[in-house]
Amino acid sequence: MNGALLSVEDAVVDLPTPRGNLRAVDHVDLAVGAGRTLGIVGESGCGKTMLSRAILQLLPRKAKLSGRVIFDGQDLTTLSAEKLRKLRGRSLAVVFQDPMTSLNPVLTIGTQLIETIQEHLELDLAQARQRSVELLTAVGIPAPEQRLTQYPHQLSGGMRQRVAIAVALSCEPKLLIADEPTTALDVTIQAQILDLLAREQQRRHMAMIIITHDLGVVAGRTDEVAVMYAGRVVERAPTPALFKQMRMPYTEALLAALPKLDVPPHTPLPAISGRPPDPTRPLKGCSFSPRCRYSAGRCSTEKPRLSPAETLEHLYACFHPIAAGSGA
Amino acid sequence: MLQAASDPLMKVENLVVEYSVGGKTIHAVSDVSLEIARGETLGLVGESGCGKSTLGRAVLQLRQAVSGKVLFDGHDLTTLKGESLRKMRRRVQLIFQDPIASLNPRRRIGDIVAEPLVIAGVRDPEERKRRVSEVLSAVGLDPTLVSGRLPHEFSGGQCQRICIARSLVLNPEFVICDEPVSALDVSIRAQILNLLEEMKARYGLTLLFIAHDLAVVKAVSDRVAVMYLGRLCEVGPSEQLFARPAHPYTALLIEAIPVPDPDVRPTMSVPVGEPPSPIAPPSGCRFRTRCPRADARCASEVPELRVVAPGQFAACHHPLI
Repeated sequence: MNGALLSVEDAVVDLPTPRGNLRAVDHVDLAVGAGRTLGIVGESGCGKTMLSRAILQLLPRKAKLSGRVIFDGQDLTTLSAEKLRKLRGRSLAVVFQDPMTSLNPVLTIGTQLIETIQEHLELDLAQARQRSVELLTAVGIPAPEQRLTQYPHQLSGGMRQRVAIAVALSCEPKLLIADEPTTALDVTIQAQILDLLAREQQRRHMAMIIITHDLGVVAGRTDEVAVMYAGRVVERAPTPALFKQMRMPYTEALLAALPKLDVPPHTPLPAISGRPPDPTRPLKGCSFSPRCRYSAGRCSTEKPRLSPAETLEHLYACFHPIAAGSGA
Repeated sequence: MLQAASDPLMKVENLVVEYSVGGKTIHAVSDVSLEIARGETLGLVGESGCGKSTLGRAVLQLRQAVSGKVLFDGHDLTTLKGESLRKMRRRVQLIFQDPIASLNPRRRIGDIVAEPLVIAGVRDPEERKRRVSEVLSAVGLDPTLVSGRLPHEFSGGQCQRICIARSLVLNPEFVICDEPVSALDVSIRAQILNLLEEMKARYGLTLLFIAHDLAVVKAVSDRVAVMYLGRLCEVGPSEQLFARPAHPYTALLIEAIPVPDPDVRPTMSVPVGEPPSPIAPPSGCRFRTRCPRADARCASEVPELRVVAPGQFAACHHPLI
């Protein structure tokens, strides 16, 4: 994508394990423009979190990254630790699944917000404090002044996630990465947090990446979706196009396997047989082929490339894609 | 009043469970009554902390009730002790959320699945082996391949299969499934849900299926009970309850589910806040602090479960139907 705020080019992440090399991210290309939301969907172990860590340059020490991560005109893979530290939290922010891991349990909410703001913006204490109150109000926390003096454990899970979002938004980031931001939360709280993220994203014209295992979460709230399986992006398309016509059998199977409210009870679910391949034992062919009902011929011997379908925007990696005009 | 059928296998009457944490009392289950008919699956939904797991444990007498009765096949489990309780428990089994944590990491699968038989006094090793092989095959695992292996050699989905096999080895009549699929990935979840349905048909089970995910609950349940902060809000036949919820909380839960369809625009939801603490639940209707329909009566008077449609009951002063 031209003029993208973030573009990931041919990213590969290898992790050494006792069982051998684990390729967590396998030649991934992605791009997000300013003000746009990209959803990355996949099951556990598909590499979606490692990909986000690669973007943030927060990979485990032993991990090897190749490829480029261009953010706002700079290749992050070549930046010094100091420059990266200045960038993260300022123009590149992140919200994790478990807010307890991103908030410091022994510091008050106020200290954490004010510290982040003063680290990146030239504001005095009173101004930083004022800004903290505004941020807490913006993320829907009642009695914000009082909250500044509280510790994370004194808040509920939903409130903690709101605080984590406030910290992430504190310096007006250009890109917000939300990694399973609502997975640990109850469904009524999940809806509120997703609304909050969407509202702030629009208001601030931020780019956002939502990483999730839930196709329901990306459907109504993203512009583009990338589906990952076994370290690779296997399908990528504008959200409406993807849900209208899934081409990659894995995406279709993933959607079909979800229990739906409009189906009568006791209807057998179309389950995907088997399980994802061992990432330390890469398959020669398509990683999904052992579980795929359309698998035939070269599927088990050759890897399909991610390539465009009818439109340049809809890409998929499959030799036997679901025919246009059928299903979904 | 909550008559499920003429032949209830499990009957919970006015059950109250409380526990104290740091000198404070948590009202986990407050005056809950339920019936589950023989061969039925009752889904129990609610958000974390609503008391649904505590209710499941109290039914099994793993958590002592303050008051109320748990009638299983006519016997009040709350009054049973020692050997007679153990005997009754064989007929009731439990499957947990985290399949990996539920299996002893140092024991072999064959021994794990055989343990309930050992405890139940099945002395003949051949008989035990035969039963273990039968249930392992039933859940889709090859007994000769898996019996000698350790839990860490299996994925989460396979561990849940092993847990299900273990719960079936004593031929129970009633199985409580407490969030059995919420730790599993979407593609594995469907396999396990289908397996539970198959096992139910094959062994003639009655199920109490506890989960927070409404779509999952609907997929397997004949009737659904909705819990909020220790109380039942609504009970009814699955299809009917999802098509026409009577309690505003049920409606809110249904509304909040993200739908995998971009044409269904997520409603910018009403600010509904968070559930209050079960240490000091609101007076009257416990949902009133988040309810758009709440008025003065809701604060003063606890709503009773009342019939709102055939087979459907709601505890609300201002039901939606």
